Formats: sequence, structure tokens, C-alpha cells
Amino acid sequence: MAILSKDEAQQILKKVIAFSKADGIEATLNGNDGGNIRYARNSVSTSGEDSNVSLGVQSYFGKKSGTATINEFDDASLEKVVRRSEELAQLAPENPEFMEPLPQQTYQESKTFIEATANITPDYRAQAAANSINPAAAKDVTAAGYLTDNRGFSALMNSKGLFAYGKSTSVDFTVTMRTNDGTGSGWVTRNFNDVKKLDTAEASKVAIDKALQSRNAKAIEPGKYTVILEPAAAGDLIGLMFFGMNARQADEGRSFMSKKGGGTKLGEKIVDERVNIYTDPWNEEVPASGWAGGGLPRKKMDIIKNGIVSNLFYDRYWASQKKVEPVPFPGNRIVEGGNASLEDMIKDTKKGVLVTRFWYIRPVDPQTLLYTGLTRDGTFYIENGKIKHPIKNFRFNESPIIMLNNLETLGKQVRVGNGEGGGAPSLIPYMKIRDFTFTSLSDAV
Amino acid sequence: MMLPISSFANSVDPARFLDPLLDVQQKKALADAALNTAKSLGATYTDVRIGRYLNQFVTTREKKVQNIINTESFGVGIRVIVNGTWGFAASNNVTTDGLKKTTERAVAIAKANSKFQKEPVKLAPTPSYGEVSWKTPIVKNGFEVPVKEKVDLLLNANAKALEKGASFVNSIIFLVNEQKYFASSEGSYIDQDVHRTWPNFSVNAIDRASGQFKNRPAFSAPVGMGYEYLDGKAEDKIQGPGGIIMYNKSYDIVEDAGMAAEQVKQMIAAKSVEPGKYDLVLEPSHLWLTIHESVGHPTELDRVLGYEANYAGTSFLTLDKWQTKKFNFGSKQVNIVADKTQVGSLGAVGYDDEGVQCKKWDLIKDGVLVNYQAIRDQVNIIGQKESHGCCYSQSWSDVQFQRMANVSLQPGKEQLTPDQMIAGVEKGIYIVKDGSFSIDQQRYNFQFGGVLFFEIKNGKIEGMLKDVAYQANTQDFWNSCVQVCDERDYRMNGAFNDGKGQPPQSNAVSHGSATARFNGVNVINTGRTI
Repeated sequence: MAILSKDEAQQILKKVIAFSKADGIEATLNGNDGGNIRYARNSVSTSGEDSNVSLGVQSYFGKKSGTATINEFDDASLEKVVRRSEELAQLAPENPEFMEPLPQQTYQESKTFIEATANITPDYRAQAAANSINPAAAKDVTAAGYLTDNRGFSALMNSKGLFAYGKSTSVDFTVTMRTNDGTGSGWVTRNFNDVKKLDTAEASKVAIDKALQSRNAKAIEPGKYTVILEPAAAGDLIGLMFFGMNARQADEGRSFMSKKGGGTKLGEKIVDERVNIYTDPWNEEVPASGWAGGGLPRKKMDIIKNGIVSNLFYDRYWASQKKVEPVPFPGNRIVEGGNASLEDMIKDTKKGVLVTRFWYIRPVDPQTLLYTGLTRDGTFYIENGKIKHPIKNFRFNESPIIMLNNLETLGKQVRVGNGEGGGAPSLIPYMKIRDFTFTSLSDAV
Repeated sequence: MMLPISSFANSVDPARFLDPLLDVQQKKALADAALNTAKSLGATYTDVRIGRYLNQFVTTREKKVQNIINTESFGVGIRVIVNGTWGFAASNNVTTDGLKKTTERAVAIAKANSKFQKEPVKLAPTPSYGEVSWKTPIVKNGFEVPVKEKVDLLLNANAKALEKGASFVNSIIFLVNEQKYFASSEGSYIDQDVHRTWPNFSVNAIDRASGQFKNRPAFSAPVGMGYEYLDGKAEDKIQGPGGIIMYNKSYDIVEDAGMAAEQVKQMIAAKSVEPGKYDLVLEPSHLWLTIHESVGHPTELDRVLGYEANYAGTSFLTLDKWQTKKFNFGSKQVNIVADKTQVGSLGAVGYDDEGVQCKKWDLIKDGVLVNYQAIRDQVNIIGQKESHGCCYSQSWSDVQFQRMANVSLQPGKEQLTPDQMIAGVEKGIYIVKDGSFSIDQQRYNFQFGGVLFFEIKNGKIEGMLKDVAYQANTQDFWNSCVQVCDERDYRMNGAFNDGKGQPPQSNAVSHGSATARFNGVNVINTGRTI
């Protein structure tokens, strides 16, 4: 019963609400069916499936709330979980930041569920892996990859009359191809709601080619370089920037969005004026749920417009303190791109570095949003408009804010999925950036 | 603070924690049903893990309780070998019928994948232990301590930090109890009760005028102990260089919160570091993370062999280096062991998650790479006949695989205190507590920050520095280790949430060391303006 229809979910949730004796109640029903296959050394290593449905109930008396969860759905179990949440609420200390549930909201449906993805089988996964492994083996390359698919639903109802429902599917594929002499490595990522868009053979070829082209990399001196970041690399750093855009942290003075002397940088220009970043749950390339936690509706919304901060993210409590509308964390992120292809951008570069991806990105200084990490799986030196040769990997120390101030060119957008920058699917362009700071060399391939 | 709650964890009443769901004989009967089903479907090996995973989080900020969360996750994971191929399935339906269906799914997955299998699984033998049990040797079960006592302790710590001038303070007590039952087709039935405890806080200072802010985390360690870790006994306090107080086998959170509030203001006012080469004196609360990343991970055999190539990465410690028996990983001072039995450590259990009795073994001996960390289906590749016993799964719903044991630098054999070590340093930095960290996918190049940085000039501590990070190559770094303090200074620290695998799993692991000195390490300045 992992995936319930809207009617089925509503029926269960109505029963739950009817059992309530508290001041109010909110119930969340989530279900998930997932499968995965992992391979390495050109052979399948692990593979599995999981399935679960869970009902969470939060009851409250004044500002005291309690939550209980169950995964049985007969009437007695539903009543039991409501009673247990009420008992916990009575025992809990008062939470001065507790917010009562929202009344009914209006939601616009988003096309996040694709039947074909929901119907993936173990045989499909095994064949997808084989389509990646076989071409690698034929080129003296070793494949290590991972394919994971998921179908799930989420429904929410509360005693103020709110009901929300959504279901979604996703498939995520990554593969690392390493040449058998150990000197070359390539990587590719694909992420879709619709499995019909995924071709593991096509994707694997990109990674195999990169592995072969990156053999016998030469060392060049670390320093400041013009870089062309592939979307996976750019998306990781931009995604991390989002996590620092919490309004409360900024107001409290402990964020890169806090201003010297007090206040925040909301409404201020912080990056190049060609940078436009927004969220849009109904974008067909990266559809996202139309509602966030507690049923807060999401909307199409600018985050950075012409380089100016348009929105920070406010939870309902902090919004009430600041007397503004709450702004949920975005379900997707879209960075406006340009028309240039990767080839155009390389042709237009006198000296630079092409970066396939970053790895092990970790915060160094939250004040300046400085991150460190390394290039990985295909780093190339560009000279006079051409890729000259592969280069050894670099460690960088860079802030996405400094990076977006040093913007040269925005290229075409690509959908990227679960990178180091977090889970939300994104549309990210190829980006050319000047003076990107590489601080040391790595021998890693 | 990262809180690794399993997605399958359910919120429950704390009273429920104290009720056992199933007794050992009920679990054995269920496991036997799955083992018989698997055998009848053609499995040549099967293991069944019935797991109940309890967590409690008590979180506060300043004068407020933010949340009290109790979670329980209960289910079964079944792993089979069919046609030389692994298959795994998990379910929260822990009934005879549920286990039978889950076994059938695991077998179906193994069969589907066996069509493309190129390396049939070879398991190293392990004894059949019969019906055995193991428990973390705790004094006080944290789940039995009233929530109010925990709330009061955290609010007292917060009050102390605010009294001493902190701008903000968040604090948490995080408790874990893994009740794990393992049964295999080879005749082992192992019942284990594992406890972990982690108090932590972040004390913030904000200087609105300059726009600067800093965070000082707790000097606690996550431990494989009960609530007795929070007793804060006088004999477990260590007066360190630079006026710091560190903690060993128990922790005084209130005292530490007060110190944190004073130190975090000094961190803002500290001098920005001049980049260059320094001799580093690294305190155990800092060095554990460098050991974890640059020794623990590259000695994991699954990484060496390429099983983690698509995620965590591979390793520079390739088999050819190990085979020479003289690969100089570090200087002669560097002796590093892996240990799944160390009392008080996060990784300590009696048996691993594939039923192998745990042990201690050498990884680096007198600076030379001598062994890896490997499990039953790997040791044959390095010509060994016995698993090292370091297989782990974060829950019943995830497949078990090779995870890091506690990996620790052994104390020096000569009598040496941190003060004596610092007295011998002309130009150096004494670093306390782990901070920023990053390392490449083969574990050559790393960068570490810290929390407190004290400048050492001509054998004396001069004052605090900021904007410090050091970058090095792993082999160069460990070869620059010239001194390790003696066993009186040996302490453990660690992490609840070491990530590896796809889908990713968390592992709790400790790393011990005494304060150690590394000469001529490259230090960069991380200060920027935006």
C-alpha cells in the first residue's frame, strides 16, 4: 500500500482528524517505494528495495504539542496514534515558537509523478547497469555506478480544514569510469522524474570518453584561473549558498547575509547583475511539490534578481515576528542561463580550466561563505580556444558570492540532481568565471 | 549538528523505550523461518538482522526547549547469496509471513543480478558462535534518565554561556540504542545491546559593529557510554596549554559552556594568521578527524579495490604498496591500530553485522602500512583467511558493508606532556578541536581547520590566531610527525555520522591519540571579504 491515491489518503486522514480531542491536530501521511542497484569493478555489488508508509500525528494544547507516528491503518491503530500524540502534548513543555496549523490553502498541481518511473523493476535496473558496464569493459575502463529510483506520495490534513496531496517519482544515475591503468577518470550524472529520459548507455559514454581523455594529466601551478564550470560543479556551490539564506540567521547576525552594523542584505546587490536565480515548482524540466512543510504553498519566486537579493527564507514563526509573509525553502532552483554552448565557451577562452565536478566541498568560513573542495573526474587546461591537455586535480578555496561576482559568461542550462549542494533538482547553466582560487594540487585521479 | 535519523524511524512515547518488543526466543523463531525459506529458494548463505533502533534528541536554545524527539525504528533486513550473488531486502513487517516475503524479494533480486555477475562472492569462514550476547558496558542507561533532568542540564549550560556573554547558544543531548539480533545460516544467533551518548552545543558570539561572528562547539566527544559520561568528574578534567580545560572519560557541559562563551569572544578578537610553514601541535580533540580522513578511510579495503569509486572514492594505499611491506606511510613514531573492542568507543561491539567476533589489529606499524580494514567477502583478495570484523549497517533497512573500525594513533613510548612538546617548538600553532575538513577522493590532499588556534613562539604560547587552515599530502604529513605525547594524554573523540555507500549510510566511530607534533606544515589564511 506504499502509494495511496488522493482519495485513499484523504479517507484515512479524515478518520484521524475525527479522533482528535486536542485544541488542534495535524496529520501527515507519507509513502515510499524505492529501489537501487550499485555496481563497481564492472560487476553488480549491491542491490535492494525498500517500502514504507507512515502516519505522523501532531496534537496540540495551547503551545504544547506532541507528535506520534504509526504504520498501521486500521481504525483502532489510528485512534491509538491520536491518543498517544495527545498524551505527549500534555507532557511537553510549552514551546513559545509553536505556530497553529494553517487554514485551507490553494495549491496548483505539479507534474512530478511519471508512471513509467513508478514501474521500474529489478530487471530494468540490472539491464541499466549492464548498459553502463559493457561499453566500459570494451574500452579497458572500469565502471562504478549507482542507479536509484523512487516513487512516493505525501498528504497532509489538519483540524483547520487544510488538505494537501502530492506524489512524485524520481530516478537518479551516476557513474564513475576509471581507466584500468589508473591514470584517467570520468563521471556523469543524470536526474529525472521520467525514466524514459534516462539512457545509461548514452550517459556512460560521456564518462568513458572523459576517463580516456583525462589520462596522464599534467600538473600546472595552483593560483587564480578562469574556469568553465560544468553545471554539476556550478550547481554544487550555488546550492550551498541557498542553505545560508535563512532569514532568522541573517537577522541574528550569524550569516553571510548579515550586514555589518546590523540588518540583512535583503534588497542589496551581492553578485554580478547578470545573475538571476529563482524557484518555480511548475517548471516542466524540474517540477517540484507545490507545498512545503505544514502545507505552506510554494510559488514562483525570485531569489536573486539582477544580482540583488530578492528573498530570504522565513519560517512561519520568524515571519510572524518580523511581520512578513513566510517564505518556504524552495523545492527547486533555476539559474538563468545564456545561449553559449560548452564548445562556444571553450572557443572563447584564452587560458582557463574546464571543471567536470567538485568533490568533498566543506564550509571553511560561514561569514564569507568560503568553501573548500577539489576538482575530480576530468579537469582540463584550455589554451587559445582549445582543450590543450588534462591537468591534475586542484583544491579550491572559494566563495560562491565571490564566484558570482567574477562571472564572465553564462551558457546553456542543464538539469542536475542530488549533488553535494543538497537534494533539490536544479537547472544550472555552464558558467565561465574569472579568478577562481585554486590553492594546492592533488595527486588524486 | 547533523542528526542522522533513519527515514524509517517513528516518533514514540519515551516510556515505550523500556518495553522490549520481542524476546530472544521470539526473534530466533522468526529468523529460523527466514533462514529456512531462503534455503528452500536456493540461497547458499543467508543472514537475518532483526533490529530495533532507538534515538532520543533533547534540543534547546538559550532559555527555551526547542524539541524533545523520541524515535523508534523496528524491522528486519535479510541478505542472501544466490548463484554467487548478493541480494538484500528489508521490511518493517516483522512477522513470520513478513519475513518470508522479504526473503523471497531478496532472493529475486539476487537472481536478477546474477545474470550480470562477474565475480562470485567468496566468504571467509567464521566460527558458528551459537546463541551469544553482548552489551555496551554502561553505568546509567540514558533512556531511563528523566527528560526533565536532561532539559535542566542543557538549560543550565545555556545559562552559563549567556552569563559569560554569549550572543546565542544551542545545545543538545543525543542518545542512541541499537538492539540488534543477528542470525545466519551458519549457526550464529547473536543478541546485542549497543549504547551511544553525545552532548553538544554551539556557543556564538556576534560583533555587530564589525559584522564578525564565531562559533565555539562543545569540547565533548560522542562516546560509546551511558549517561555517566555527563557526570563531569574532577579526575576526568585535563588542564591543557593556553588555559584550556579538556575532558576525558566524563564531561562537564556547564563548565565547558562557560569557557566557550569566554573563548568565542577571544576568537573574534584573535590575530589573523600569517600564511607559511609552521610546526603544528595537534590536540586529540582535533587530531581525531585528521586520523579519520587520512588514515581511517584510505585503509578501507573496499575503497582500495574500487567498490566506492563512484562515491566516497578510492585510495592511494594500493595493494602494490602494501605488498612491498615497506611502504612508508609515516615516520617511525606513527603506530596506528584498528580496534572494534575499545571500551568507551563508538565502534565497540562484540560481533559485527555479519556475525564475526570483533578484534584489534595493526594498520600502520613503525610508520609502515601493514594491513587494511576488510570483511568476509573481501579478505580473500588480500590473501587473508579471517574477516577483520568491521561490517556494519546503520539500520535494519540498509545492507551491511565494510565500515571503519575505531582507528587510533598509539601514544608515544617516551614520557612527554603537551607542555613539554610546546616548549620545544620555535614557530608553531597549537590547534584544539576539529573544524573545517576536506580531502580528495584518493586521500592524498587534505585541508583542515580547527576551533582554537594558539600561536607558539620560542616554546611559549603567545595568543590566539584566526583564519587558520593547514593543507598537506597525507604521506608527507604523517612523515612529518616527530613526537607523540605519552599515554597519560591519550583520549578519544569521534563522529556519530561518518557517511559512506550508496544509498549513503552513517557509521559511528572513535579515534584516539595523544597530542602530536608535525613539523613544517603549510598553513593558509582563510580570511576573505565579500
